Amino acid sequence: MVVQTPNGYTLDNSGKRIVVDPVTRIEGHMRCEVNVDEQGVIRNAVSTGTMWRGLEVILKGRDPRDAWAFTERICGVCTGTHALTSVRAVEDALSIQIPDNANSIRNIMQLNLQIHDHVVHFYHLHALDWVNPINALRADPKATSELQQAVSPSHPLSSPGYFRDVQNRLKQFVESGQLGLFKNGYWDNPAYKLPPEADLMATTHYLEALDLQKEIVKVHAIFGGKNPHPNWLVGGVPCPINLHGNGATGAINMERLNLVSSIIDKCDAFNKNVYVPDVIAIGGFYKNWLYGGGLSSQACLAYGDIPEHPNDFSPEQLYLPRGAIINGDLTQVHEVDVRDPEQIQEFVDHSWYQYGEEGVGLHPWDGVTEAKFELGPNAKGTKTNIKELDEAAKYSWIKAPRWKGHAMEVGPLARYVVGYAQGHEDISDQVNGLLRTMDLPVEALFSTLGRTAARALESEYCGRLQKYFFDKLVKNCINGDESTANIAKWEPSTWPPKSRGVGMTEAPRGALGHWISIEDARIENYQCVVPTTWNGSPRDTQGNIGAFEASLMNTPMERPEEPVEILRTLHSFDPCLACSTHVMSPDGDELTTVKVR
Amino acid sequence: MTGTALVLGIGNVLWADEGFGVRCVEHLAQTATFGPEVTLLDGGTQGLYLLPFLDAADTLLVFDAVDYGLTPGTMKIVEDDEVPRFMGAKKMSLHQTGFQDVIATSQLMGTCPARLLLVGCQPEELEDYGGGLRPVVAARIPEAVRIARDWLAAEGFASADGETITDNLADVSIRHDAYEGGRPTASEACRTGDARFFPKGA
Repeated sequence: MVVQTPNGYTLDNSGKRIVVDPVTRIEGHMRCEVNVDEQGVIRNAVSTGTMWRGLEVILKGRDPRDAWAFTERICGVCTGTHALTSVRAVEDALSIQIPDNANSIRNIMQLNLQIHDHVVHFYHLHALDWVNPINALRADPKATSELQQAVSPSHPLSSPGYFRDVQNRLKQFVESGQLGLFKNGYWDNPAYKLPPEADLMATTHYLEALDLQKEIVKVHAIFGGKNPHPNWLVGGVPCPINLHGNGATGAINMERLNLVSSIIDKCDAFNKNVYVPDVIAIGGFYKNWLYGGGLSSQACLAYGDIPEHPNDFSPEQLYLPRGAIINGDLTQVHEVDVRDPEQIQEFVDHSWYQYGEEGVGLHPWDGVTEAKFELGPNAKGTKTNIKELDEAAKYSWIKAPRWKGHAMEVGPLARYVVGYAQGHEDISDQVNGLLRTMDLPVEALFSTLGRTAARALESEYCGRLQKYFFDKLVKNCINGDESTANIAKWEPSTWPPKSRGVGMTEAPRGALGHWISIEDARIENYQCVVPTTWNGSPRDTQGNIGAFEASLMNTPMERPEEPVEILRTLHSFDPCLACSTHVMSPDGDELTTVKVR
Repeated sequence: MTGTALVLGIGNVLWADEGFGVRCVEHLAQTATFGPEVTLLDGGTQGLYLLPFLDAADTLLVFDAVDYGLTPGTMKIVEDDEVPRFMGAKKMSLHQTGFQDVIATSQLMGTCPARLLLVGCQPEELEDYGGGLRPVVAARIPEAVRIARDWLAAEGFASADGETITDNLADVSIRHDAYEGGRPTASEACRTGDARFFPKGA
């Protein structure tokens, strides 16, 4: 059957059906089904969250001041971002103004988390879609050294002996049979294009990134009091500052700040010497593989983040841009109002939930999370063992959020497309520089690799912003303002009987919002719309496909039974289904199963 | 064996018996005191964030809910090389894949603790979002803590009855008592779904 979607895709489900379940190297569980034509080109794509979503239900009736501690446990990756979004929602509801230092510290922590997430995502979750660590064993260390010096002359770790040592370590690891980290690879698939030396260089940086990420997270321990699970506070940040203290009381002093400063420098050096050059070098071998753009050239959404001043989320005061692009018109960036009930709405026509009536969308403040699990008439298998989904009916545990009815892409590429369209100076400089270096037209940005490159550029930009807010913090403290929290409205007796608010952030994976309603000092309703809900959404009432689905369309596969291309594109979104949904079955003991029907 | 020891509770407290590991380390902190060479840590579902803690430890003890297909509440203790294999025997949740990878990564980096002990418990219920430990699993916590203290003592990390003051545990709002005691009723906060995630439901 051939279906034309309102957002411009021709879906044809007559060809061979391929099922990838679960998609590996992501947080959470997702499944993907595609139909390929006789040439192996994807002509229909179905993305489904296979986990029940229910994080809202546990917050009902709790103290709003504790909500961050619960939301921090939703996910093993964006803990801090959820906590930040949560305290912002409560502060918005109760009109709490946070001090300037709290704004700087929160920004540093959020930027730090962006860099950590982007680095870990690229090297430890995504690189293996492009890099073949087994092939690295065949590399000549001397030639690898020459490649390294050509790719990044300023990176100090580049001697032949260094690469030989890493290669030996890798060899021992692989020979010991504990392929562990590198299992489930399709290592002889022709979709891998790197020469052995580039594979060894990139695998070496996999290890360097592991060392770096251990350093990066120390910032969270310093400002959050501990890590993992740093502390957060409604009204500010929970760390007092005493610039000239000796640190014995746990306050932030000059010694702690110097440690933060040295970590910020390490992030900068890694972005500059390793991460960005690697993306350019690896991308250079895949310049003919510019698939996977999906909605990025059509419909992008960003809430914006990193405010210059506390509590000021007006777009011109944000370092990460806010705006919406629709219908592929980059000449117009629309303003986004997350409070407007007509703008953001969640639909459930193709999701396993029910509202009072079908075909309506609900704004998160009016959100309802009531399950309704049923398979469509054309589904194959049973409810507990689905062989093939019926995408004409309900088929996912993810809701379908829409902005003014449009399916949107969120995340680093969406932020960069919005910023580029707005003429954002830093972002435009970075993008133009990258395209020049790689000799690619601007259209190349709208691709799987464009998404991966935007993340690297953003990591570099966030590194610079981190330094800016660090300097701002220190300057403000030296000028005598050591305040980090406003607790004037800490006691519920100071609150109105009813209030509601919204917290927004740009999580590493994209726009994140928490909407809260407070009644008699307790949480009455709490709804989260997370980035992967936007990107991984199923079809909506109108039949528009979501960002994951759109990105897979028309991609040719080298070997349909080895879904390297599908994983590559889905991974480029850094999907995180832990928070958009939840574990469905206790019997998920399979590794990736690929079924071709 | 001397050096340092890390006592890690892992799992997601929001998923009923998934919280076993985290609750064990909480209970250990409430009832025992160690020397400065022992670190107690609520690891949640943090994956690679835990790597620095593994690097710093010579001995690692992990509390976790692990599905061995046994009767709910059955304890299972495994040591050293067996640990990663058992944690991957059946992946019922996110963090086990994650933690297996954390161990593999620390092995690749050459910083994996020399001794490993997994104190596992067979869960009864995982599919209850916002729920607490089931009685049969909660009842095993004192025993799990006893096993841990005995093993650690044999490894040279003796403990005394008392209390460990540390920042490495969950925020007080989601500690065991506050979390389970503060849960809204089912009529206030709907917690039902379909047969797939509540297979034993009425």
